[in-house]
Amino acid sequence: MSFDLNFIGILIGAIMASSVPLILAASGELITERSGVLNLGVEGMMIIGAISGFALMVVTDNLFFAVIGSMLSGLIISVIFGLLTQSLLTNHVATGLALTIFGIGMSAMIGKNFVGIPGKEFPLLFVNLKESIPFLGPIFFGHSIILYFAFGLPFLTNYFLKKTKTGLIIRAVGDSPTSASNQGINVTLVRYSCILYGGAMCGLAGAYLSLIYTPQWIENMTGGRGWIALALVVFATWSPIKVLIGALIFGGITILQLHMQAVGLRIPVQLLSALPYIMTIIVLVVISRDSRKIKLNTPTSLGQIFYKEK
Amino acid sequence: MIRVEKRNDVSRSIYFLTPVLAIFLTLFGGGIIFFILGFNPIEALKFFFITPISDLYGLSELLVKATPLCLIAIGLSFCFKSNNWNIGAEGQLIFGGIVGGGVALLFYNHDGFYVLPIIILSGAIGGMLFAMIPAILKTYFNTNEILVSLMLVYVAKLLLDFLVVGPWSNPEGFNFPETRQFSESARMPILFDGIRIHAGIFITLISVFLSWLILYKTYLGFQIKVSGLSLKTAKYAGFKGKTMIIIVFMISGACAGLAGVGEITGPIGQLHRNISPDYGFTAIIVAFLGRLNPIGIIFASLIVALTYLGAETAQIFLQVPKYTGQVFQGMILFFLLGSDYLLFFKIKFLGLKKNEL
Repeated sequence: MSFDLNFIGILIGAIMASSVPLILAASGELITERSGVLNLGVEGMMIIGAISGFALMVVTDNLFFAVIGSMLSGLIISVIFGLLTQSLLTNHVATGLALTIFGIGMSAMIGKNFVGIPGKEFPLLFVNLKESIPFLGPIFFGHSIILYFAFGLPFLTNYFLKKTKTGLIIRAVGDSPTSASNQGINVTLVRYSCILYGGAMCGLAGAYLSLIYTPQWIENMTGGRGWIALALVVFATWSPIKVLIGALIFGGITILQLHMQAVGLRIPVQLLSALPYIMTIIVLVVISRDSRKIKLNTPTSLGQIFYKEK
Repeated sequence: MIRVEKRNDVSRSIYFLTPVLAIFLTLFGGGIIFFILGFNPIEALKFFFITPISDLYGLSELLVKATPLCLIAIGLSFCFKSNNWNIGAEGQLIFGGIVGGGVALLFYNHDGFYVLPIIILSGAIGGMLFAMIPAILKTYFNTNEILVSLMLVYVAKLLLDFLVVGPWSNPEGFNFPETRQFSESARMPILFDGIRIHAGIFITLISVFLSWLILYKTYLGFQIKVSGLSLKTAKYAGFKGKTMIIIVFMISGACAGLAGVGEITGPIGQLHRNISPDYGFTAIIVAFLGRLNPIGIIFASLIVALTYLGAETAQIFLQVPKYTGQVFQGMILFFLLGSDYLLFFKIKFLGLKKNEL
């Protein structure tokens, strides 16, 4: 019995690990969207983060630089999005798509020389506790520091948005940029900062994939996780805590699907692999059916262009 | 001194000139990237944009690639004009290919003029039905069409993978993930010997004409344009918004499905895992670069098709990955969107006035 319990613990630990990139990217995007900006470039920023993290790890042989560098590169590429949507007032949807296409192409171009290089072992914390405590050990211990950060992030984000002045300003900008602007808030600056923060978090999410989760570089390795993260923000009706729950559900589906494949059920592999995407659609339908509920929580100015006459 | 002023009205000439500006800026940006990679930028750009189309075969390849791009973008223009963000054309293309390919396999032992039209029609219907999923979910369940149409791309890809590996794989194919080659009567006629340009180009040209007719000469086209400009106005005018959303998605899905079936019955001739090099996504760029205008889209599809060919040539001659094409495509869209700023704002370069000196 204790063996089974331990196995469930390991399973939960694996689910947590697979939800980390979703939590990071979705929490970042949530802040961006709360300021009224819809950045569909999550997938592109994540993949740039993944390759730059991996490339820096190979070149510098230093995981700290790799992680910081991946965040920086996510941030840098989101500057393009900021410049276009905030300074040149372009359409958010089209710009985000361009960012994703550009990011995927750019990552493959940079990554050409890094294909097939094995990754480096990322230090895991409290490994001895993981092995000595049954069930709870594999759940709470033996993870990377990024996982602990990711699981704290939704709570921090929640506190930040609800209890701090900066959080209030961000929400004000997202809900009514004109009134915020009349109050003397620099809307463009706030939105720029939120875009850059979102970019950094997506970069970190990508680095988690290429440095820890599957430590190597594979072209297109984000495999739609960026889009699922975007769906998670809607699923969570822009509430950080629900992002955490949603990410765990999707992580659960991913791991379940892998285990069903491993067990060799007579269900086609492709159908199982399609499960996370089909589930995303179903969940979106269930959540969105009540249009009032969605409208109540959506940042009012989401995706709209703000221009202040000088 | 530089001063930015808001324009009172959009200048039509600038509206169609900014795409040209965007293309030049992309060339410039691409040159810089090639320079960073350690190539002579002029030489590299020549390999990318001139070498591929310097002979008849190359020109035919350009049209082969532009055929699906133009067709999908024409369909997308209906969605984008009415503010419906169908970004899952890639999935609709694949699903159209699956349905058309299935019918082609069904008619494997049939000969006759009727085979190809049935295949083409079923491909169009397949794409159309697939596009109706996000449309119906949007209209009746208020679901975000961007995310749904995109998720369905992955579903379609996995479905295709399942079919070509499993039930539809070639019985004599040594377990390669592909179906058998379609019979001759299921293939698009080749227009000239020795080059790959096929009859699919006529489907594209007819669709361009029809889309012009619908958009500019019918009440539906008027509704689509008004809804795109202002949803409130459209509601006030009493347009049936839900029906229109479903119709634009159907048109767009049918075009993508046609493009898919054109690929599998044209250059490919069977179903396998990669029936499209992301045409469905690239067509989004084509639609914008062509200003959602049928004629504009023709030109845009040729230019974007060139980035595909250029990437292939550059892969051979410069050993850069084929994804370079995507970098160029992304840049085109960045620069295009950015240069739209000039549509709404005038940038004035003011000299110092005499009395200021």
